[in-house]
Amino acid sequence: MATLKELSKKDELLAGGHRLCAGCGASIVVRQILLAAGKNTIATCSTGCLEVATSIYPFTSWRIPFFHSAFENSAATSCGIEAMYQSLKRRGKLPVNEKINFIAFGGDGGTYDIGLQSLSGGLERGHDFLYVCYDNGAYMNTGIQRSSSTPLGAATTTTPAGKVIPGKQQYRKDLTDVVEAHHIPYLAQASPHNWKDLNRKVEKALSIKGPKFLNVIAPCHRGWRTGINEAIKLAKVAVDTCFWPLYEVENGKLTINYKPKDKKPITEWIKMQGRFKHLFKPENEHIIQRLQEGIDCKWENLLKREEFEKTC
Amino acid sequence: MGKIVAMTGNIAVANAMRQINPDVCAAYPITPSTEVMQQFSNFVADGKVDTELVTVESEHSAMSACIGSSAAGGRVMTATSANGLALMWEMLYIASGNRLPIAMMVINRALSAPINIHGDHSDEMGARDAGWIQMYSENGQEAYDNLIQAILIGESEGVLLPVMVGMDGFIISHSIENLSMLDDQQVKDFLGEYKPLHPLLNVNKPLTMGPLDLQDYYSEHKRQQTEAMELVKPAILKVAKDFAALSGRTYGFFETHRLDDAEMGIIALGSAAGTARHVVDGLREKGIKVGMLKLRVFRPFPSEELQQALGHLKSLAVMDRSESFGAAGGPVFSEVRSALYDLPTRPKTINYIYGLGGRDLGIANIEQVVADLQEINQTGKIKNLITHLTVRE
Repeated sequence: MATLKELSKKDELLAGGHRLCAGCGASIVVRQILLAAGKNTIATCSTGCLEVATSIYPFTSWRIPFFHSAFENSAATSCGIEAMYQSLKRRGKLPVNEKINFIAFGGDGGTYDIGLQSLSGGLERGHDFLYVCYDNGAYMNTGIQRSSSTPLGAATTTTPAGKVIPGKQQYRKDLTDVVEAHHIPYLAQASPHNWKDLNRKVEKALSIKGPKFLNVIAPCHRGWRTGINEAIKLAKVAVDTCFWPLYEVENGKLTINYKPKDKKPITEWIKMQGRFKHLFKPENEHIIQRLQEGIDCKWENLLKREEFEKTC
Repeated sequence: MGKIVAMTGNIAVANAMRQINPDVCAAYPITPSTEVMQQFSNFVADGKVDTELVTVESEHSAMSACIGSSAAGGRVMTATSANGLALMWEMLYIASGNRLPIAMMVINRALSAPINIHGDHSDEMGARDAGWIQMYSENGQEAYDNLIQAILIGESEGVLLPVMVGMDGFIISHSIENLSMLDDQQVKDFLGEYKPLHPLLNVNKPLTMGPLDLQDYYSEHKRQQTEAMELVKPAILKVAKDFAALSGRTYGFFETHRLDDAEMGIIALGSAAGTARHVVDGLREKGIKVGMLKLRVFRPFPSEELQQALGHLKSLAVMDRSESFGAAGGPVFSEVRSALYDLPTRPKTINYIYGLGGRDLGIANIEQVVADLQEINQTGKIKNLITHLTVRE
C-alpha cells in the first residue's frame, strides 16, 4: 500500500492534456487506478466519455496498451486479450513470469445496461481480469440520458423534470449486487475521494486470480449540474449519506470499509446537484422520501449482513 | 501425403481448425454451425490442440473476444451461422477496420424472420460490405481447403483483413462426402508461425487501438482499407499456388466448367454448383452449348477476371441463393451485371433467386434455366429479368 508521497512519484499512465471536462470525476478515478495498477497493464474501454476524450487520433493519453472496440463489449474484449495471453504463455510464446493486469473500463451505460451481458459472461467464465465501472449515473457522453444507474428522481434529458413526470421514476439498479451473484473472488465499491481505499482495493483486486469487479462513483458536473470543482466533495457526500457505501466482498464475505459516524440525510447530497432541484418542490417531497428509504434499506441490509457474517 | 476420409462438412471444418491449431477460439452455438465448435471442443478437451477456447455468452461477444484476442497478437478463429452472424454485424466492421486477420467459418443459413435453420446465403451476403474477404465452398473438400488457405490470405503482407469462408448449411455441413485431408504436419508447415506486427500484449511498446478518428483522418483510414482489399487478389493467387503444390488441388477466384466454347452460362455459388455442373454435362451430350462458372471469391469481387471469362457468352443466368429486397436483383446478379457493363458486347444476363431457406434446387430447375437462356438466344429478348425459381406464386 503506497503512501501519497510514493504515489505522487509514480509514472502517470494517463497523460494530461486529454479532452475530458475540467473537474471530470472519471479521469481522477482512472488516474488513481492506473497509479495502483502500474505499467504492466492492458486496458480496454467501452465507448463513452473516457474513450472519446483520451484517444483522439493521432493522440492518446494512454501510456499502457489500450483498446477501444465498441460500447457493449469492454469485458468480452478484455477477456479475449486475456485468453490470448493465457494461450501464448502456455505455448511458450510469452515469458511465463511476466504478470500482466487486464483492466476493462466502462461507464454505467456500458456496464449496467448495454454491456451487462458481456460483463456477466466474462465474470462467469472466470477470466483473470478486473472490470472497473466508473459510475456517473447517466449516459453523459451522448448528453445526459438516463441509464439504469440513474438515481430515483434525477432529471436527465430522457427523464426531464416535466410538469407531469418529475424526473426518473425508478430506483437505480444495484449492479454491485448483480455482480455478486456471479460469486467472483473479489468485488468492491469505491470512491475517488478516499484515494487510500481505492488504491488498496485496486492492489488487492489485482493480486487475486480470476474475475474482479470495482464499482467507482465518478461525479459528472455536466450531468449532475454542479460546480466544476466539486467532484471530490460530491463523491465524499455520496459516501457520507450512504448513497454510495464503501464496501468489499472477498470470497463471499462482506466488509464495510467506512461507516459514517453521523450518517447524513440524502438531502445533503441532492441539494448540491441541479438534477434534483425539482425534488424540493412541496409536491415532489415524497420522491425524496422514497429515495431516502431505498438508501436506508440498502445500508441497514449491509450492516446486518456484516454483523451476521461475523457469526458464521 | 494426406488421406481420403469420409466426413460431414462440419467435421471436415473442425478438422481443418484442429490442424490450424489457432491460439484462441471464441464461439457460441447456433444451428447448423454448432457441430463445428462441438467437435473442436472435443479436440480441446482431449489435448489435441493448444487453443484457448472461450465459450462466450453470445455471438456478439464471440466476435468481440476474437477481436480482443487477435489484437493481443495471435491466430484466432470462430464459426457461426445466420442470426449469429447478424448479431456480430457491428463487430464485423470493427474487426476489419482494425485490420485483424480473424478466420471465421460461416455455415450459411437463412436469416429470420420467419425463422428457418436451413441453408441459404442471406447471412454472408448481408455482410458483403463489412470489409471481410469472403469465400464460398461447393463441398466439404472446398470448405476444408478454403479455411486453411484463409489463414494465410488474411495474414498476407499488406492485407491483414479478416476472412469468412461459407459452406451451405445442412446441404454440405451435414452431408457425408469423401475428401482428401492433408497430414497435420503438412498443414503446420504450410501455415508457419504468425508474427503479428503490433501485438497489444507487448506492454513495453504501448499501443492505442480503436481511437476516435474524426473528419481529419477517417477517410484516409478507410482508403487504406480499400488498398488492403486490392492486395487480396494477388494474395489469394499466391496462397492457392502454394496450396496446389501441397495438395494437387487448384483454386482461383472462380472455377469454370465447359465455358470457353459455350454460348450460354450459369453462375452459381456453393453447393448449387455441383448440380449445375451435372446439368451442363448432360446438356452438352445433347449438343447444347452451355457452360458453368462457380464463384469462389465474392469479396474482393473479381470483376476483371469475370469479364474475361464471361464476355463471349450470348446469355448468362446468375443464380442467387439470397434476396436483396428492393434491389435490381440478387447480390451476385447486381455485381456480375455491373462487372459486365463496361464490355463493348456482353451477354444478356438474367437472375434467378432460388433455394431460400434450404429449398432444394433440382436438376430440372437448372434445365429450365438453360431453356430460358436458349429462348433468349433465339428471340433476342429477355422475358423475365428476375425469376424466383421453384416458388409457388
